[in-house]
Parts: sequence; structure tokens; C-alpha cells
Amino acid sequence: MKQLLYSKRLAPYFFILPFLVTLAVFWVVPLGRSFVMSTQEVLYGQATFIGLDNYERLWQDRIFWQALFNSLRYMVLTLVLLIPIPLALAALINSNIGSARIKGFFKASMFVPALTSVVVAGIVFRLIFAESDTAIMNQVAEFFGFGPVRWLRGDVTGLVALLAIALWRWTGVNMMYFLAGMQAIPTEYYEAASIDGASRFRQFLHITIPNLRPTIVYVVTISVYGGLAMFLESFMLYAGNNSPNNQGLTVVGYLYRKGIEENDLGFASAVGVVLLVIVMAINISYLVASGTFRKEAA
Amino acid sequence: MAVLQEQDRVKTAPATAARRRRGPSAAAWIQSVLLVVMALISLVPLLAILVGTFQDGNEVIRRGMTFDVDLGTLSLDNYVLLFTDSGPYFRWFANTLLLTVGQVAGTLLVSAFVAYGFAMYEFRTKTLWFIMVLLVMTVPFEMLMLPLYVQVNDMGLADTYLVIALPFLASAVTIFFFRQYFLGIPKEILEAGRVDGVSEFGIFFRLVLPITKPAMAAMAILNGMLCWNNFLWPLLVLRSPEKFTLPIGLNTLLTPYGNNYELLIIGAFFSLIPVLILFLAFQRFFIEGITAGAVKG
Repeated sequence: MKQLLYSKRLAPYFFILPFLVTLAVFWVVPLGRSFVMSTQEVLYGQATFIGLDNYERLWQDRIFWQALFNSLRYMVLTLVLLIPIPLALAALINSNIGSARIKGFFKASMFVPALTSVVVAGIVFRLIFAESDTAIMNQVAEFFGFGPVRWLRGDVTGLVALLAIALWRWTGVNMMYFLAGMQAIPTEYYEAASIDGASRFRQFLHITIPNLRPTIVYVVTISVYGGLAMFLESFMLYAGNNSPNNQGLTVVGYLYRKGIEENDLGFASAVGVVLLVIVMAINISYLVASGTFRKEAA
Repeated sequence: MAVLQEQDRVKTAPATAARRRRGPSAAAWIQSVLLVVMALISLVPLLAILVGTFQDGNEVIRRGMTFDVDLGTLSLDNYVLLFTDSGPYFRWFANTLLLTVGQVAGTLLVSAFVAYGFAMYEFRTKTLWFIMVLLVMTVPFEMLMLPLYVQVNDMGLADTYLVIALPFLASAVTIFFFRQYFLGIPKEILEAGRVDGVSEFGIFFRLVLPITKPAMAAMAILNGMLCWNNFLWPLLVLRSPEKFTLPIGLNTLLTPYGNNYELLIIGAFFSLIPVLILFLAFQRFFIEGITAGAVKG
């Protein structure tokens, strides 16, 4: 025992043991189980092997394709909005003009939404995008000259509401990521560039962006993950997993509907496996392409 | 992080000097106006819910959240309701507090323990396992929820707080953050401990843990916020209403046939207050904690 406590060779394994156990019990086993269940029909605890039937059903399932389309659409749009906007804001804050106090107030105000739970955010946005002409978004609509909109009834307007939640909650956080990355860039780079006569915009393109790459890689990765796995925002906005014509249904929402609500565990597992393959494929290829693994492993 | 602040100061010092010389430029004015306007837009949803807490609940549901309210109709009735007749609300509050404190304490201890192994030792399979940590960070929990849910039911652990916390004690993000922090601690401390005959674990608990307070604070805040707001996994695990947490309880009030909309609005608002107070007090740690993953090296 005493030898164990003092062994420099064995100690690291003891230290990482909790992670190894967690990995095995709560990740590898459930994931393996997910693969197995996806080849079974699970009824009242009785599992029958049915090969790839669930995947075939999935392939022909119109609603699954719709859910996948909704998730992909949401992911792409959040990437389009939640990378450039926070990046520009971070650059704006990082510039050495303007009052530090206003910048502080701005940072705090943008960050506060990230502290709200998705439940509270959903309740608030559901009521901001309410159908009544007095609701905030309809007053904004009226200001721009179009009448009360039934936001959550229409596909596109419902998507606008979902994106509004995403923008509200994550702009500040992504901005802080980029800001932290920018502040780690040595100021000499910029000084050298200004001596060479490079404009601010060129400095941003040729110094800030390349040096920010690890941060950008990270933010893109978590955004892909968050976008494709989005469920709760829609679940709260539509006060449940049902939206008009399934316009708010996402892949995880479908998984939840099939697995938890309809107890069709085999089929739902197939949905999960497909989602896992998509997310991992996108993320791993992105991380490999950007050289992140090589750097971390070194 | 200390380095960042150092640069922060270096960067703002010349700016202040420049302002004193010339006064704010047009660009600075435009920037300031833009920032203030965006900050206010960002605060609208919170202001809206604050206004909602003074209104009749059914009215808020009917008219939506709005600033277009008749001042005469505003009242403190909802606040009275919250503190006198809010049914299980404060039970949810206490449950969430208990779960958050327990889970955060567990996560910090377990994750720091694991991170120490990764940061301070060389061993053959280290790279492999660390890549696993990175991979786990990119697997959405939503994908695991179904098999995990089945597994928890089989293990007979459903409806317990233990199982809400257990899968997340060795948290990949927290491990990653602590590892970065430990890498910055001089290895001489370890050697000194070994010379003095302290065991490997003694070195961790007695020599290293006490000097990781700033990292602990950042991760306590990040994990505390995540636990306080945690919804999906507890929603699947918890069955008994007396065990509900705040997000789960609030969600039960959001039904089309509810008659508890007053409690829904003020309850939602009130659930924000602890996190908001913590944020105002420890802003730096919040930002450091949440942005932890993105700042490498």
C-alpha cells in the first residue's frame, strides 16, 4: 500500500482513473449499447435483433429528413451569425479607442444572457414573440410597417425566433472567446505592421485572424456541436416537442420523441447513431484539417 | 490569465493618454453609441421579464411580454404571492441549491485530481487518454441521453440526485482547464515534496490543491452556473415532484391550461437572481471560466 502511494510510475494511472471509469461506464458502454439497440426492436424490455431495419425505416422516414434538415439549417445559420458578429464586436472592443467604462458595461450586458437557463430564455422569448400586437417583437414589426406577425406559426418566422434566442445567449460568450484570443496576440505584431503602413483592416485580416485560429477552431467546433444537437431552445419556445408542421423539430427532438415519448428505443437509437456519426465526422475532419490534434498531442 | 490582464493594462494606458490629449474622437463617439445601443438591446428580454413580474400573469400570457403597460395596473401582488403562497417553489429552489453545491464540489475535486495526472506525469498511454478527453468534449450529451437513460433505469438509479451528478464529475472541460493551470506550476514543488517524504497523493492534496484557488474559483462559477441551469438530464432522471429542481419545476408551470402564470413569470425572474448576483460579484471568474476552453497555451 505504502509503495503504491509513493510510486511515481503508478500514480498517474490512479489520478486519471476517475476519468477512465467515467469514460467506460458513462460513455463507451452507453454508446455501444446505442449501436446494439439500433439493430433491435425493443418492446416492453424485450429486444429482438432486426439487423438494419431501423436504419432502413429511418432512410424512408420523411419526418426524420425534415428534422435533419431543420438541424442542419439551424447549425449553418448559427455559424453564419455567431462567428462574424462576435468577431467584429471583439475587434471593436479590443481597439484602443473609446471609453473603458462603456466597454465594460457592454461586455457585462452581452454576457448576462448566457447566465439564463434555457427554460427562462424560452419562456421569455415565447412571450416576446407572442401573437398579440402588443408583444415586443410585434411592436418592432409595427414600427417597420408590417402588421402583427404570428411568429411561432410560420416556418421562417419561427426560425427567426430560434435564431434570436441563439444570438441573444451566445453573442456575448463568443465575443469573450475572441477577445481573450485577441489579447493574447503580442502588440509588437501590430506595431511592426503600422510602421510598415498596414491599415487597421489589413492588420485585422493578416495579424488578428491568423493568430486567432485556435480560438476560431474551438468556437466553430462547439457551434457545430451545439447547432446540430439543438433541442431545448425549440422545446421551450414551442412549449413542448410539437410545433406546427414540425417546423421546430430537430434531430435530437425526434430522438426524444421516438425514444422517450413513444418508447421506440431501437428506432430512436438509430437516430442517435446517425447524429453521432454526422457530428463526429464534421468535428474530427475539421479538427484534423486545422491541425488541432497534432498540436495537443505534441 | 494574469498575463492577459497585464496586456490589458499595457493596452489601455496609451489609449487613456491619447484621450486626455485630444478628447474623444468621432470614431470613439460612434463606437460608444453603438455599444450602448447593443447593450440595451441585449438587456431587453431581462427588462421585459422584470416588467412582467409586476403584471397580472394571465395578462402577460395574453398580451405577450411588452413595455406597453398601463402603469396603474402594475402591482406587487406577484411578489406577495411568491413569498406567501408559492407552493413548491422554494422547495425547488432549495433542491437546486443542494444539488448545485454537491455537484460542483464533486466536479472540482474529481476533475482537478484527473487533470493533475495529465499535467504532472509522463506515462505511456497519456496522449491516447488525453485525446479521449478532447473527444468527449465534442460528443453532444444529447446523443448519449437515451442509452444513458436506459442504463440508469436498469441500474435502479433513476430519480436520484446521485445519478444527475455522477456522469459529469470527471468533466472534460474542467479537466482541460485544470490541466492548463497545473502545467504552469513549477515541478520543483513536487520534487521538494518527494524529498520530504510526502506521498504522490499527499503532494496533490497538501501542496498543489491549496495554491489552485483562482482556477477553483473560475471552475466553481462555471460549473455552478451549468448545474443551476441544468435541465435535460434532470428532466429525464427525476420522477418525484418533491425532488424537482428549479428549471424542471418552472417548466411544469408552462402549460396551456395553467392557472399559475404569475408564479411562472416571477419564479423565472427570481431564479436568475442568485446567478446574477454572483456574476456581478465575480465577473472576472465567470468570463475566465466560460472562455476557458478557447484560450490555449
